[in-house]
Amino acid sequence: MVYSRILGTGSYLPSNVLTNAMLAERVDTSDEWIVSRTGIRARHIAHEHEKTSDLALMAARAAIDDAGIAPSEIDLIIVATTTPDMVFPSTACLLQEKLGLPGIPAFDVQAVCAGFMYALTTADCYIRGGMARKVLVVGAELMSRILDWEDRRTCVLFGDGAGAVVLGASDTPGILHAKLAADGRYKDILNTPAQIAGGKIQGMPYLNMDGPAVFKFAVKALADIAEKTLAEAGIAQSSVDWLVPHQANLRIIESTAKHLGLPMERVIVTLPEQGNTSAASIPLALDAAVRDGRIRRGQTLLLEGIGGGFAWGAVVLVF
Amino acid sequence: MENIEQRVKKIVAEQLGVNEAEVKNESSFVDDLGADSLDTVELVMALEEEFECEIPDEEAEKITTVQQAIDYVSAHLNK
Repeated sequence: MVYSRILGTGSYLPSNVLTNAMLAERVDTSDEWIVSRTGIRARHIAHEHEKTSDLALMAARAAIDDAGIAPSEIDLIIVATTTPDMVFPSTACLLQEKLGLPGIPAFDVQAVCAGFMYALTTADCYIRGGMARKVLVVGAELMSRILDWEDRRTCVLFGDGAGAVVLGASDTPGILHAKLAADGRYKDILNTPAQIAGGKIQGMPYLNMDGPAVFKFAVKALADIAEKTLAEAGIAQSSVDWLVPHQANLRIIESTAKHLGLPMERVIVTLPEQGNTSAASIPLALDAAVRDGRIRRGQTLLLEGIGGGFAWGAVVLVF
Repeated sequence: MENIEQRVKKIVAEQLGVNEAEVKNESSFVDDLGADSLDTVELVMALEEEFECEIPDEEAEKITTVQQAIDYVSAHLNK
């Protein structure tokens, strides 16, 4: 039996930090308003010249280094992003070129904030199916490029960044169980509906969200999928050492933790300093907690994320 | 068994972090009890859980006071 396990983690945040106070100078908002509703205090914003694939490259190199493998051992690249460098080629192909790994398969996964759950699950299937041995899985986003900086309801919520893991074949787990879900009926409460046609951008090229509706859906869907994923894996909620959630809103995270009976001391939270980095948030949080020593080898982790689509998922694994 | 009014008021006090004595029938969640937009969503979800019912979004938007919550629950529990 072949399993997949995380061999290394890495992440990258652009150096430029935008605090709530700085945002309050641009739009009609306040630190108090943002913190009480979201838990966010600052976010990183990429420099104009930085592309999603540049952020992905930094995170990927750190993860490969942490895994202690040669880049040439990677035999598949999957990038989760909703803010690709261009319409095509995929960001995964652009990253592959930057890593100097011609020939190996590379593709993007688009599941917005659930992108890393989809990408990690896909990588796990490739490894268990014998089609890959060492997969580079990256979540990378430049959310700042699709924000309307005059819309105070949305521009305060997001940030830029990238996180990555190297997932490798192993005789022991590793990933114990993964569960994905989607419901396109909810496409209108969270989206960026623009498309390119006839040489022009058609439709609104900014992130659009019905906050309360998203909040309600997210709280219910995450509690449900987290519980089912653990139950199907035969893991007791009390055996989870760390919850590593998608970082969208502190009140959603607290609600999921409460539903699972996990104290907040066992939840990795990077939201205050990073905002919502969409597909990058889970690997960013994972890497932060691995590097500061909170997450250790052998511990049981529950990862979960949800975003536009709606699409959501959860993965339980032994680190 | 507590009546609906008492159960609703208890949930409102718990969700909004206010003293139960402050929760009057005419209290507005936002104007009198300091709720923000996410508090009201969480409150509706707590009511759904307590009374084992589904409150559609368009109905939930109309529930802005304690009395409206009591009325909604009373009307829909009898059916």
